[in-house]
Amino acid sequence: MTAESAHIAAEVAARIFADLADPQTINRAKDGVWKAPLWQALADAGLPLAWVPENLNGSGASLADGFAVLGTAGRFAVAVPLAETLIAGWLLARAGLKAPQGTMTIVPARPLDRVKLGIDGTLSGRALGVPFAADAKHIAVLAENDAGSHVALVATNGCRLDEGQTSAGDALNVVSFERVKPLRSAKAPPGVDVASLMLMGSVVRSLQTAGALEAILLLSVAYANERVAFERPIGKFQAVQQNLARLAGEVAAALAVSGSAADTIAQNKIFDNAAFLEAASAKIRCAEAATEGASIAHQVFGAIGFTREHALHRFTLRMLAWRDDFGNESYWAVELGKHVARCGADEFWPMVASR
Amino acid sequence: MSAALQFDQIRLPPECEALRKDVRAFLSDEIAKGTFDPYRPGHGDSHDRAFSKRIGAKGWIGMTWPRKYGGHERTFLERYVVTEEFRVANAPVRLHFVADRQSGPILLKYAPEHVKADILPRICRGELCFVIGMSEPGSGSDLFAAKTKATKVDGGFRINGSKIWTSNAHVADYMLGLFRTSPPLKENRRHGLTQFLVDMRTPGITVNPIYQMTGQHDFNEVIFDDAFVPDDHVMGEIDGAWKQATSELAYERSGPERFLETFYVMLELIRALGPEPDIRSAEGLGRLVAQLHTLRRMSVSVAGMLQAGKEPVVEGSIVKDLGTIWEQKLPHRVRELTAFLAPEISNRATLEEQLAFATAIAPKLTIQGGTTEILRGIIARGLGLR
Repeated sequence: MTAESAHIAAEVAARIFADLADPQTINRAKDGVWKAPLWQALADAGLPLAWVPENLNGSGASLADGFAVLGTAGRFAVAVPLAETLIAGWLLARAGLKAPQGTMTIVPARPLDRVKLGIDGTLSGRALGVPFAADAKHIAVLAENDAGSHVALVATNGCRLDEGQTSAGDALNVVSFERVKPLRSAKAPPGVDVASLMLMGSVVRSLQTAGALEAILLLSVAYANERVAFERPIGKFQAVQQNLARLAGEVAAALAVSGSAADTIAQNKIFDNAAFLEAASAKIRCAEAATEGASIAHQVFGAIGFTREHALHRFTLRMLAWRDDFGNESYWAVELGKHVARCGADEFWPMVASR
Repeated sequence: MSAALQFDQIRLPPECEALRKDVRAFLSDEIAKGTFDPYRPGHGDSHDRAFSKRIGAKGWIGMTWPRKYGGHERTFLERYVVTEEFRVANAPVRLHFVADRQSGPILLKYAPEHVKADILPRICRGELCFVIGMSEPGSGSDLFAAKTKATKVDGGFRINGSKIWTSNAHVADYMLGLFRTSPPLKENRRHGLTQFLVDMRTPGITVNPIYQMTGQHDFNEVIFDDAFVPDDHVMGEIDGAWKQATSELAYERSGPERFLETFYVMLELIRALGPEPDIRSAEGLGRLVAQLHTLRRMSVSVAGMLQAGKEPVVEGSIVKDLGTIWEQKLPHRVRELTAFLAPEISNRATLEEQLAFATAIAPKLTIQGGTTEILRGIIARGLGLR
């Protein structure tokens, strides 16, 4: 049942993206007018608030459904805050808070940032690298005080934002909270903290990356079969075939590990050691695959792939930027390495084999 | 691309975990008895007939085969658990491993009934060692260039020529070999090879050792001088062996032995680093862990897809490509990560001995059972480039 419903959710999303967010068409667009109809269609299908139960204004879909939609979004290099709104809705719902309509993002989006909840109920602090903050109407904030973690919803226009963006051109902002009064807030339940938020974000970015890599592989193979040089399609040259086989390996690794992490969290719904091993590994391996995969794909396309006109960069630059959200591969490798060292050599194989 | 890459989310079912406990208990008994030393891969007898018989008695050889041939009708996932636990313990399984992994399944598919009834139960009891006879002095990766001839005579065939790089041939009871029964056709150069079951005690067979650069002896040259093979030892179609090769590849290429061969250096590194490694060591270790977890999830997924009757040939080849490159680099990476270890760490001698061994065997990992280049050719074909 679950697999089937996730498949349907992914199909619905794919149809919307194909109609309203085709990477080639968007790449030729002079402005962002395509964004509003796309968002409207996604909202009409209940996708941005998929992880919010119906009694909290959402569509109450399963985690697996949302993960399937995000893999699909990666295949279209979707450049609206769908993933961010999904995570924000999930975070609000965990604390029993209603989700607003429209775009959202999440703070913190990097593991070392902290926002403080003051005794007067206002938020203070600074968060780096918040994806799509400038495009989001609201921000779901995980804030802390001496009593633990709290989830708060704030209006973005009550915060100070810089004008940053990723190399793919998507908003990526430093968000400053100077005694910002939340629209609503609640104590976070046990198990909802910055660590679990980073793991959830990592699984989401890994799925998007794997989706982008799948699209890149299809584009690269198609190009290698049609581009003729030295009187042959370049895909007939062994050197090019070897590169594309390596790319397929990176795609396969990203698909397998991100799918495994998503499956773990969708099934168990808790962020225990198993989820940590899965999600951290997924973020590390998918980020490495993004680095390798982007360079191989650009090598296959040569100069044309380096132009603004060609849509390849919509995938490559976006997935390279995703590496830095919710903890980059170095961050997670240190965390994972420390964890494994703490558990010790005798526990290591049982840990790997338990998955 | 013919089809999108697919990795089903396969989790080992509960019966696998009960089995894993049994296997671990058996292995720790054997270690306690001194059958092998898990810290010293490459030492001791890698073809231990008595040990293989004890494994057979546990029901862990031919696990997936029909009961009427001595098998146990268990799943590929259960076999997977046994394989990985033996590999991680560095237990000596060379005697029966090839027969269990690939020779038995070929016999099941192509051997006449009386041959199956004779040989398969003996494999399951851990009594038989198989060798694969494919490469020749003039043909390695280019399998279909094989020249060693099987000439039709009354009641069977006479084999003349030689096979090379034949691991286990010096202890093997049987060979499954590819021999030329007809010349290749202009329109199909793969035509003309036939697969035979050869009793290694047949008069006319000589086995000469070829020592490896590590000092070990796995390889051999096998010379055939008018060796007779009876008609009922033909496996499958005469001249048509090329049609039989591909579907078995996914089994052979995606198992845990394709990324765990140097795993022991990683365990020893964790021991050496202790509970609080510095940030550089922690990062290095974490990246290795992420890759190992990824490879295992891919490999389990392929095993599960095989169990479900799918044919993940490209996915299986990718597992071997990524897995062997990783296990080949692993000792080098571990070596780098030991640069700042305290001189007095207690397992330094073990770690150094293991690193020396793993580094020496590493080059073969991307050659045996299908080179990296051949695998990538298969992957490229699967992608629709050939």
